[in-house]
Amino acid sequence: MSKKESTFSNMIITLLIITLVSGLSLGFVNDITKGPKAKAKLERKIKALKLVLPEFTNNPVADIELVKSEKAKDSVEMYPAYFDKNWVGTAVVGSTNKGFSGLIKLMIGFKKEGTIKNVVVLEQKETPGLGTKMKDEKFISQYRDKNLESFNIKVKKDGGEIDALTGATITSRAFSEAVQMAYDEFLKSKKLKVESKK
Amino acid sequence: MITIIDQKQNFIKGIIKENPVFVMLLGMCPTLGVTSSAFNGLGMGVATLFVLLMSNIVVSLVKSQIPSKVRIPAFIIIIASFVTIVEMVLEAFIPFLYEQLGIFIPLIVVNCLILGRAEAFASKHNLYSSIIDALGMGIGFVLALTLLGATREILGNGSLFELKFVSENANTFILFILPPGAFIALAYLAAVFNKFTIKV
Repeated sequence: MSKKESTFSNMIITLLIITLVSGLSLGFVNDITKGPKAKAKLERKIKALKLVLPEFTNNPVADIELVKSEKAKDSVEMYPAYFDKNWVGTAVVGSTNKGFSGLIKLMIGFKKEGTIKNVVVLEQKETPGLGTKMKDEKFISQYRDKNLESFNIKVKKDGGEIDALTGATITSRAFSEAVQMAYDEFLKSKKLKVESKK
Repeated sequence: MITIIDQKQNFIKGIIKENPVFVMLLGMCPTLGVTSSAFNGLGMGVATLFVLLMSNIVVSLVKSQIPSKVRIPAFIIIIASFVTIVEMVLEAFIPFLYEQLGIFIPLIVVNCLILGRAEAFASKHNLYSSIIDALGMGIGFVLALTLLGATREILGNGSLFELKFVSENANTFILFILPPGAFIALAYLAAVFNKFTIKV
């Protein structure tokens, strides 16, 4: 088998064929994986919602409310939960760019009166073994059943009541900040809800 | 005609004599970047093994049809296609691993191990030899990454494959989980590896 000569037309035709085949096969794989990809994403979201919200009977994903916030670049996602048409709480996606490696995205579930039901980490790029410990029960349990009205959510170094993770103060600080931001948005939307009822 | 013994040599060389990580020091970006735990190292290694195998097969099949002046762009397109396929499949079916490896999956494209094998081996040998070569090199890469990841996880976090064997509050060498630890661990492992294998 002799090599094809590197003439101009040979080179162009070869590259054209290769890119064509590669493009077609990528499109094909994309079509196959599109469904499962979206499904995996949705499942993750529903799983997180079930963890952070009180018992609900509606579909929070369908009832999503997008709120513009001056603190976040994108609009803030809110998932209200209803039990037999009574509003029982809302899950808010809080985020911050001040993590040790940038974006941290949390889902925080608030009960009707504003108490935190639970927090789930959606996205993070923190240092494995240090910042990733924010997913641990020991750290997250500090936030549970707290109402930010009476609870200072800042880490102890900043005069608050949260024990920062060893070696990951920046992560802990960012975590608290994201929760705080979600709480502020929650209050705003709660006010709207109450007013609209009147 | 290549004999079976030659093929065995061909396979073993990727694991020991020409181990891509410890001997040839190829593909350092994922090696240093993702090996903060044994599981991450294993996942990255297997993803690379798959891409390496597929690209060696395709390059070996089409080698006579590619004019030599455009062989590098042609190889890169072939490799990039397989990497993108791996990325999409991981995101769809193993989202957990996809999140862990993150940016390092698209970076497999520029892993010089893969382009190196395509250029140095698959473009000059037949299909069968190329598959054996890819398997040998790929398995060598998987073993090296898993070993490095395990070392860093044991020293830095006191666990192996997420199974903790020290108490919750024990002090571990956090340094080994951080980026500098990757360099230190790799250097020592490479030194020990070469001490025991260089005579072979």
